[in-house]
Amino acid sequence: MADANRKRWWLAAGVVMLALTGYFSARLLGDDRRLFLPNATSHGHYQIELACDACHTPFSGVKQEACNQCHGEELAAVNDTHPRKKFDDPRNADRLTVLDARYCVTCHVEHQPERTRAMGVTQPDDFCFHCHADVATERPSHRNLAFDSCASAGCHNFHDNTALYEDFLAKHLHEPKLLAKPRVATRDLRPWIKAVSTKAYSHALTRAEADAPAPVVAKHLEEWAGTAHARSGVNCRECHSPVQPNGMRASWQDKPGATVCASCHEREQQGFQSGRHGMRLAQKLSPMRPELARQPMKADAHGRELSCTSCHGAHAFNTHRAAVDACLECHDDTHSRAYLDSAHARLWRAEIEGHGAAGSGVSCATCHLPRETLRDGDLKGVRVQHNQNANLRPNEKMIRAVCMSCHGLGFSIDALADPSLIARNFSGTPARHIESLDLAAARLKLPRKPKP
Amino acid sequence: MRTIKTVTRSVLPLMIVASITACSSGKPQAGLSPQQLTDSLHLVLETDRTVYTKLIVNRLQNEEKVIKASEHWKEDKALVLPAQMFRAGAEMAREKGATFSYSLLSTWPINKQNAPKTDAEKTGLDYIAANKGKNYYTEETLGGKKYFTAVYADIAVAPACVTCHNGHKDTPKKDFKIGDVMGGVVIRYPLGS
Repeated sequence: MADANRKRWWLAAGVVMLALTGYFSARLLGDDRRLFLPNATSHGHYQIELACDACHTPFSGVKQEACNQCHGEELAAVNDTHPRKKFDDPRNADRLTVLDARYCVTCHVEHQPERTRAMGVTQPDDFCFHCHADVATERPSHRNLAFDSCASAGCHNFHDNTALYEDFLAKHLHEPKLLAKPRVATRDLRPWIKAVSTKAYSHALTRAEADAPAPVVAKHLEEWAGTAHARSGVNCRECHSPVQPNGMRASWQDKPGATVCASCHEREQQGFQSGRHGMRLAQKLSPMRPELARQPMKADAHGRELSCTSCHGAHAFNTHRAAVDACLECHDDTHSRAYLDSAHARLWRAEIEGHGAAGSGVSCATCHLPRETLRDGDLKGVRVQHNQNANLRPNEKMIRAVCMSCHGLGFSIDALADPSLIARNFSGTPARHIESLDLAAARLKLPRKPKP
Repeated sequence: MRTIKTVTRSVLPLMIVASITACSSGKPQAGLSPQQLTDSLHLVLETDRTVYTKLIVNRLQNEEKVIKASEHWKEDKALVLPAQMFRAGAEMAREKGATFSYSLLSTWPINKQNAPKTDAEKTGLDYIAANKGKNYYTEETLGGKKYFTAVYADIAVAPACVTCHNGHKDTPKKDFKIGDVMGGVVIRYPLGS
């Protein structure tokens, strides 16, 4: 009797174990892995938190390579102030016992919402102090500064100091609030497109030359005829029935996918998939939708899926719409809502209405999807960075690439340090003053003009 | 216990140098002592450093005056400073998995991160400054690992060295002359497994 009971107990336990194993395996291998999330994920990664293997290597934790995969290139581009290579010399072994700066996860631990602060940092704010406690011996002006204020006072960042280092400050000491010729660079994709297709730009196409099979939707034809695509010789079939690697044209697709766009706009797609608009696609997850965002979004935008065409439209590819209207169709935060009444918006309207000079308008995209002068071998031109988060956190990343196209360095630093001014979309003047330029001038014994 | 040996700088057979430089992992060939290894490495490093300083920087900046060398070389579209060239090589070697490491330090550093930090570095830099033509060798333990550490004098070989250092806003010493010891090259090789 006892044996029979024991047998039944073991059988029941086995069935339960099997059922649990099956359940957990199904959840792990399925799309919905929320069960395994240890805690809330930071603002930078929450969109891809169900793509566990984007960061985790089974049984090996989070490898540095996983961080580098997404963030390595941008850190190298800004000449990271604290790269791994500065720390792996044995002479820094003592420092590593305090703060092992060779690994991103030393300061950016995920799934720790209670101690995650701005920039996804999970170290206490005094992390600079561990290595730079003696800063006042070289910089007496720093003697009375709070030991946890280095990276929070608008003066220094851990990674990107491209607009904040002393010689740069000294070089831009006397700039006015508004530069004499405030302009952003003009987009110029030609060098790259010509490298993709020798036929590009050889012949501007007319409506009569459109090669779509009948019946052609009149609206689509009209929209296409006004685009850079038509002007540069990109006909209907280039997107709807593109040439495949075997030289044959693919069968006609009414709604071509993003890979078609990327065949000419690869860099733009890379940027898009690196930022919050497209990072889910990079991890083979469903497209981002406004209701998934942690930022305030308009209720009537819920359900929309982000792709190239969600901002650019499918045939018109209207860059004016993509630069402002498309953003404001979804974004509903204070800064976005204040845009239309801002001086930047007035300049933008003047430019697109033909009153303002080319490059004088300031759209959402001017700052958040900035124009970058790029070199790629012999190719050189101005392209749009489609990772709208690349220069956002910390916002000092925006100073050189964006603000200084039109504004002086001192004003730019002050403006970005004033959260209330940012909320008003820069209507008004900075209420904060960051002392960086004053300190640099004093140390280098350079004259400092009064703040304009 | 630390052992300090002083030797006059000597040139090792090119064969040894070739065998070391061809070994990307930095592991010494059988029979090569840590000192022979660091001496060989230093010979190559010092030679390349001198060539870059004299044939590139000093010639083009100081003599021909066709291009400047700048700390912010990328931004200024200028030549990389010799010290930056040296450091970039050290960093790249470590990135490639070299077991040895090397750095350029000075008692009078422009960048204060390049001041001597460990006891071996402090003693070594003092030694090479006081004993011209001699190197300093010792063993030290860093982060629980034992290293053979060698310190070699870094000499001002061209006008570019002294004019730049003497005129830099962050220099603690403004009277360097050609032939002066400006700092030291520290090479470390891990001992034991």
